[in-house]
Amino acid sequence: MTGPRMTGPLTSGPLTSATGPGIIVVGASLAGVRAARALRERGYGGRLTLVGDERHPPYDRPPLSKEFLTGPADAERFGLPLDGLEADWVLGRAAERLDPRRLVVALDDGTEMPCEGLVIATGSRARPWVADAPRRGVHTLRGLDDARALGAALAGGGPLLIAGAGFVGTEIAAAARAADVPVTLVDKAARPWIGRFGAEAAAFVERLHRDAGVDLRCGTRVEALTGDGDGDDRVTGAELSDGTSVAAGTVVVALGAVPSTGWLAGSGLALDQGVRVDAYCRALRTDGTHVPGIVAAGDVARWPHPWVPGRGLTLGHWSNAVEQAEVAARTLLFPQEPTAYRPVPSFWSDQYGVKFRSVGLPELADTVEVREQSTERRRLDLAYYRDGALVGALTANRAARTASYQAQLAAALALAPDGPLPGRQAATS
Amino acid sequence: MKTHVDRDLCDNHGQCVFAAPEVFSFDDDDYLLYTEEAGDELQEKVAKAAAVCPVRAITFTGGSLAAGA
Repeated sequence: MTGPRMTGPLTSGPLTSATGPGIIVVGASLAGVRAARALRERGYGGRLTLVGDERHPPYDRPPLSKEFLTGPADAERFGLPLDGLEADWVLGRAAERLDPRRLVVALDDGTEMPCEGLVIATGSRARPWVADAPRRGVHTLRGLDDARALGAALAGGGPLLIAGAGFVGTEIAAAARAADVPVTLVDKAARPWIGRFGAEAAAFVERLHRDAGVDLRCGTRVEALTGDGDGDDRVTGAELSDGTSVAAGTVVVALGAVPSTGWLAGSGLALDQGVRVDAYCRALRTDGTHVPGIVAAGDVARWPHPWVPGRGLTLGHWSNAVEQAEVAARTLLFPQEPTAYRPVPSFWSDQYGVKFRSVGLPELADTVEVREQSTERRRLDLAYYRDGALVGALTANRAARTASYQAQLAAALALAPDGPLPGRQAATS
Repeated sequence: MKTHVDRDLCDNHGQCVFAAPEVFSFDDDDYLLYTEEAGDELQEKVAKAAAVCPVRAITFTGGSLAAGA
């Protein structure tokens, strides 16, 4: 079976004419900026436009749920380097629609922007609280404005109620405790992190938070947020599903993230809690064929990892945005010879002076090997296996071990077969 | 080529160790170790390590990929 080579807007060569509409990157955060940088570093000399819905220049998000919340508010430190990008910036504007056939992006002010290549990097947003809520004192945390608002609220002393003990929820709890703010942390699971990392890790995380004085309520969920109802409409606490209630001056809803794909509705791209892409970061249509000239990277992309074929996965981690953006940019510039994206996923989390590091995909494991677990020394070393093969690791204050796991996982992945060969699943429309 | 890590910035994330284990490593106390002088054949890996450092603590000079080299 020989399909035609991919034909697309960029097949005339990667360095399209300087007078053409060029490449648009929708999303001006980490993945978007890194894609833009990769395009330039790989020789793209045409027009390059970044569209971002925040009015701030691009910045790094990891500090927002950590030291930034209760430390000095020096956001400048977290700005992403933009030197050499030679880009046009459209900030404070959101993309509203995409016509993938004509390659036109429509913005929320009515502007229509044609392009020759498109990078979708719109990231994700915090999952909102959908039930009724008081107007004041209820926060989510995703962007710089969110972090500033939450930081100001915490400076008022709390007490703080956090709904959701995932990565963001536990990091906010740690930051708040460092500033001596009373914290109640609520999660429907039996323990924090248990869904992704299992009982051993969860016990370690639980102990850290309890030792720091967090009022941890697990196996229950926030049913309703209560307010003072006297016109100020400020939050006063929450009612939990176990029948108890918690008083709070500030509430953070930390129930995960939702990929930002609303603007792609009706475009014909395959949307499934993220934009579906193939192994080369090429955006897919609902019929499974890829769209010439459109790639996606970062939190918004749902991609097939060799260990998670089929529906694939989305990852909201810093390193995923960086590495996937690089591959997506390469695919866009050199569509005839793309390379597959097959990273060893990794992330870190800082809580109470403990640095957690994870590599691989521990959530795939059927077996956990506890190699070290010491709450006194604040060290953890867990290896995760599926069918006897290492698929991930989680460590705390054990950096060298993490690196060794990462090397093993990288070696295993190097042997995994690629996805469908480029060109085999050719665009036929 | 010469590699430098700004210890004031380094937060021991370890991404550099993943990218260029020939140059970067950790000791048992999570202290980052690295080789200041490395052969030019490693500069692509060191460049990758610098690019994936979340706090941009890594700089290098002397190779053809070095900024301002």
